[in-house]
Amino acid sequence: MSRQDSSPQSTSGVRDAEPLILAFCCHYCAYAAADLAGSMRLSYPDNVVVLRLPCTGRVEVNYLLAAFERGADGVIVAGCLEGGCHFQEGNLRARRRVERAKGLLAELGLEAERLEMYNLSSAEGGRFAEIVSEMTNRVRRLGLSPIKPGAAAVAAGVQMMAQQAAERVAGEACGCSCSSACAE
Amino acid sequence: MIVADRKKIPEIRDMIAGHDKVLLVGCGTCVTVCLAGGEREVGILGSALRMALTLSGRPKVTVHECTIERQCEDAFIDILAQRATDYDAIVSFGCGAGVQALAERFPKMPVYPGLNTQFIGILESQGVWTEKCSGCGNCRLAEFAGICPITRCAKRLFNGPCAGSRDGKCEVSEDRDCAWQLIYDRAKALGILDQFDAIAAPQDWSSGLDGGPRKVVREDQRIAGLGPKA
Repeated sequence: MSRQDSSPQSTSGVRDAEPLILAFCCHYCAYAAADLAGSMRLSYPDNVVVLRLPCTGRVEVNYLLAAFERGADGVIVAGCLEGGCHFQEGNLRARRRVERAKGLLAELGLEAERLEMYNLSSAEGGRFAEIVSEMTNRVRRLGLSPIKPGAAAVAAGVQMMAQQAAERVAGEACGCSCSSACAE
Repeated sequence: MIVADRKKIPEIRDMIAGHDKVLLVGCGTCVTVCLAGGEREVGILGSALRMALTLSGRPKVTVHECTIERQCEDAFIDILAQRATDYDAIVSFGCGAGVQALAERFPKMPVYPGLNTQFIGILESQGVWTEKCSGCGNCRLAEFAGICPITRCAKRLFNGPCAGSRDGKCEVSEDRDCAWQLIYDRAKALGILDQFDAIAAPQDWSSGLDGGPRKVVREDQRIAGLGPKA
């Protein structure tokens, strides 16, 4: 993957002004698209952390809120094109959950625009790069999340969520009915 | 089941304004089924509440969550007894009975409601719950082909529809069925329309809530020396 590193540096050398974007990516589309973006040598901001899931239908509202609580400045949920979900309607369910989470964010006082659902296919490496750039620019306009904890807590939170996502993809703690994906 | 929906986050945040350690307690029974106060919902609300507190300048308030099997029965609250001592307030995500059961169990602990308890109802379709029973204490469903006019007729009429029944809908709202249309259709299908030749007697409301809180006692189930007197 080729990523731009244009983030501003603080005097301590830590990129404390760069927004952290978490991307919950479906294994079958957005994750493959991210991979393709790298193969195509496309540049996109390096502040995105990709979390692979067997399907965006695995995304629950509490995942999305937990991401913000643990320091994400923006969250992307990227699933298959509507009608193209490997599990029929996982991406449609994810969209409804994203809408609910956006309502909760607005209710608690955080900008709902920090969270967005996108649909793309595995062939759209360019679109993935566009989405990440679009979200990064959007969050830069909004500013860093006022909920953001310290850098160490953010790193720990990201590491824990990445670990949980990896475990789910490995089928160790999935709990869903998507057996073919979990078996991988 | 008892159907409830959650209070808005700012309302809950303001309720706990004077507390630094708060335990959110979910209930694993009715409110779990109606997706209002079960383990998952309490987790979501806990996360949202912590963020709301941070945004309102109180990031150090501790908010933890737990869910017990049933809040409306003291035996199930036992599991909370030790843990509750670590907190200075509880927000109950049970129905109103659950909130009060916790308050009775923890007399020195403020207990706040996280839900608005709505009604006794059923799951009509995924994500839609409708009221079916008012708990009047004197069930007369047998007289009305199994459809309750007390709960489902806006005017609580016992002897046929009012003039506001139009095309099977109630004049109160177009998306509300006329209870008397439902009663008529079902009675006709059951072949019991002749039941309605007689005038239905007025309801005996002495068994309702108007006489104050009610109590059901089963003497054969009681254990001598345990629990309050009937």
